[in-house]
Amino acid sequence: MKTPEPRKTPEPLKTLELSLSPESWMTVCEESRLTPGRGVAVLLPDGRQAAVFRDRSGRTYAIDNRDPFTGAQVLSRGLIGSAGGRPFVASPLLKQRFDLETGRCLDDEEVAVAVYPVRAVQLDPALP
Amino acid sequence: MSADADTRARTSAGTAAHTPTIVLVGHGMVGQRFLEALADRGVTRRARIVVLCEEPRPAYDRVQLTSYFSGRTPDDLSVVGAGFMEEHGIELYVGDAAESVDRAARTVTARSGRVFAYDTLVLATGSYPFVPPVPGRDARGCFVYRTIEDLLAIEEYAKTATTGAVVGGGLLGLEAAGALKGLGLETHVVEFAPRLMPVQVDEGGGAALLRTIERMGLSVHTGTGTQEVVTADGAVTGMRLSDGSELDVDMVVFSAGVRPRDQLARDCGLAVGERGGIAVDERCRTSDPAVFAIGECALAVDGRVYGLVAPGYEMAQTVAAVLSEEVDEEDRGFTGADVSTKLKLLGVDVASFGDAHGTAEGCLDVVYSDSRSGVYKKLVVDGEGVLLGGVLVGDADSYGLLRPLTGTVPPVSPEQLVLPAGAGAPVALGPSALPDEAVICSCHNVTKHAIGQCSSLAKVKKCTKAGTGCGSCVKVIEKLLPAPADQGLCGCFPYGRSELYEIARTLRVTSFAALLDSHGRPEARGGEGCEVCKPTVGSILASLNNGYILDGEQASLQDTNDHFLANMQRNGSYSVVPRIPGGEITPDKLIVIGEVARDYGLYTKITGGQRIDLFGARVDQLPAIWTRLVDAGFESGHAYGKALRTVKSCVGQTWCRYGVQDSVRMAIQLELRYRGLRSPHKLKSAVSGCARECAEAQSKDFGVIATANGWNLYVGGNGGATPRHADLLAQDLSDAELVRLIDRFLMFYIRTADRLERTSTWLERLEGGLDHLRDVVVHDSLGLCDELESLMAAHVDAYQDEWAQTLDDPERLRRFVSFVNAPDAPDPSVRFVPERDQIKPDLTFLTLEGVASR
Repeated sequence: MKTPEPRKTPEPLKTLELSLSPESWMTVCEESRLTPGRGVAVLLPDGRQAAVFRDRSGRTYAIDNRDPFTGAQVLSRGLIGSAGGRPFVASPLLKQRFDLETGRCLDDEEVAVAVYPVRAVQLDPALP
Repeated sequence: MSADADTRARTSAGTAAHTPTIVLVGHGMVGQRFLEALADRGVTRRARIVVLCEEPRPAYDRVQLTSYFSGRTPDDLSVVGAGFMEEHGIELYVGDAAESVDRAARTVTARSGRVFAYDTLVLATGSYPFVPPVPGRDARGCFVYRTIEDLLAIEEYAKTATTGAVVGGGLLGLEAAGALKGLGLETHVVEFAPRLMPVQVDEGGGAALLRTIERMGLSVHTGTGTQEVVTADGAVTGMRLSDGSELDVDMVVFSAGVRPRDQLARDCGLAVGERGGIAVDERCRTSDPAVFAIGECALAVDGRVYGLVAPGYEMAQTVAAVLSEEVDEEDRGFTGADVSTKLKLLGVDVASFGDAHGTAEGCLDVVYSDSRSGVYKKLVVDGEGVLLGGVLVGDADSYGLLRPLTGTVPPVSPEQLVLPAGAGAPVALGPSALPDEAVICSCHNVTKHAIGQCSSLAKVKKCTKAGTGCGSCVKVIEKLLPAPADQGLCGCFPYGRSELYEIARTLRVTSFAALLDSHGRPEARGGEGCEVCKPTVGSILASLNNGYILDGEQASLQDTNDHFLANMQRNGSYSVVPRIPGGEITPDKLIVIGEVARDYGLYTKITGGQRIDLFGARVDQLPAIWTRLVDAGFESGHAYGKALRTVKSCVGQTWCRYGVQDSVRMAIQLELRYRGLRSPHKLKSAVSGCARECAEAQSKDFGVIATANGWNLYVGGNGGATPRHADLLAQDLSDAELVRLIDRFLMFYIRTADRLERTSTWLERLEGGLDHLRDVVVHDSLGLCDELESLMAAHVDAYQDEWAQTLDDPERLRRFVSFVNAPDAPDPSVRFVPERDQIKPDLTFLTLEGVASR
């Protein structure tokens, strides 16, 4: 019954970058650090935190890590899902869902979190 | 009573209007139903309601009285909802009977001397047991069977008795006989009529009943009366019967019918019937328009006194309608009632309905009788084939269908309705064949049409009360309800959890994506799933033993608690719970827990499950904390998972002077066997070393209580928000039998339960309930047990400690960082402040920090 799954699927080395202001990108981590379907937390230079996610098809998203309902920095640890073709994350504390593309809370229309642009950049093999 | 004062204040606002007072004398089932009807109609808001109750406790379910002997407590039998009296501002005086009524002054005087003025008086005094006027009937050892107090007295006296007799072979007499037999007495039943239950069943039915009851070891004497109760020194020693024979008995229970309690009415000059009963009109009004009588004390307009609860309920509704001034023009009031009954007497189904005795002119019988199995069925039809009534003994399953068909020509021939299944008969006749106006619940007079307005059994019970009386109609109601439109787990899957389990098991699906893309809803295929189905499928895959839960795709399915093998708390920190099997721990291990907590500044608390929680760890601290714990011999406690939590134990025979088995050893054995088992919801267990039950095993999903001969296994218990006592599944099991049965039980639950459905709700929902469960896991009626056992064996073989596995693998440890871009930085938002010499989360900081970042 036990089916061993390959631990890592080989993929081209890419780096994730996140933008806090127009034309300025900060490096987050190698894309392969993200498990499809889960998120990671990123410490921003000003002390804030972002939650970066990767979905099953390889698309990445970044929103504020702070759960506005509890104040805890936990959204990166929520489960992601899709409803009507739109990706969302459910807070691990009280399960409110946030649209990953707009930051809007799907369970309370008066609440939203910040959204950050995020991109995957192919590493230049020539660089050390 | 503040609610009452409130009521008066509201009604008297504006005018100085007088608040009418309704005094109810008698608080039995009918009295309580009357109060509920008043509340439903809003009368309690505008009138003062006073209730005088003679018995020392509020209304209880007298129909189920005998169930006291099978373990139901007087509190279980109560029919008064918690807080009902307070909520509706009703003044209830228990243990205080009405003594006299002054109709001219409109006052009632109670035994305590209290005097109540009334505008409306409602008598619901019920009936009293008839005791035939035979010599010796007042001797010590003579009882009646009517109240909880009677039962308590019988139970007490039976401790010193070996033989008992019941006078009366009717419905209540047979219940009393069953109770005496259950108390270990050799039991006789004496019935004056030539057969048992003469009112309900005919000769053939009585004969079938007699054979079955004699087979149970009761001695039945029909066609003979009681001449004398023989006594010595004022106590019962025997009975002399009218046929000249004598019985040696130590106690006698009179259950020879009831008579209406109309003395109070007689004393104040109200009209009563020649043979008793307070005469009432179709609105249940007595000869005094300010006085009503309902239930067994009333003599209805059709000249009958009804001894059943359903007609009493109808009368209660009738009077409540009059008092609320909401009488419907169409409503003819109470003019008579159906006296159909279905009950289980001594385990035998007995039902009669309509013209059971075939008294209508020119009527015909259709009879099926099988003396071997004790089944007797008779239908009475007229010349045109209209069903008039019937009697069912030994197998009354068709009662729910036949009673509502009474008065119509059934859609299939009568003989097909009485022949047993498999005799070439069964034309499946479902409740859908019933007309809309057919009464499905005769206790509450609810029609098929009314039931059709509801969408679930719970709603039917709430809105119509159908199914909450004798319960015999519940099966039919379930068949009438529409199948829920969509039983899918979530927006992604059209299947429920147990179906997904079967799909994953039989098709050997081992990944969520494969399951979603092959069995998801079309619009959800290729998507991400959601926060509902991902952990559910993750748990199914784990139950089916697909290895370490955090590798590969499975990692993305787990809730955060499973993902970090710890429990997230409100500020984003985690708690750590090492397993302490059976609650037994060495001093050295206790010291390690203390040292770890001290070194990492964790808050410690003893849990209800006999272990220790360590709170306040950051995610990046978890590996170091667990390295220390694993080195000291601890394992994951799975507090984060829908899995086995703890098996509590008392100290047992080893130390306790009452213990009869080594409960600690068994608790450890069970906890180690089922640790890590993923299930639809958390699982809790306990083992008690004797019947004193210090481990509280009966509040657990599976609980074990030691007996002198082994172990009793209880299942389906729960504490929490909806407590449920566990049901006894099997008794006096050996160690091996116990473990095998728990293996089967748990795997059957895992296989068939819904998402987040505890064993208690699962067992309540399981069709056939405990009996079905016992058939499946004890008697192997589905032939599943080998497979269930081998699934559990596979789990036990494959078990590995998740924390040890995690610590051994640098790749698996990589996730335990607060920040992916700063692996060594602690999360600055996880802060603590002091509280009682320990720490607590700094929530003020979380809130302030949030405002600043906006």
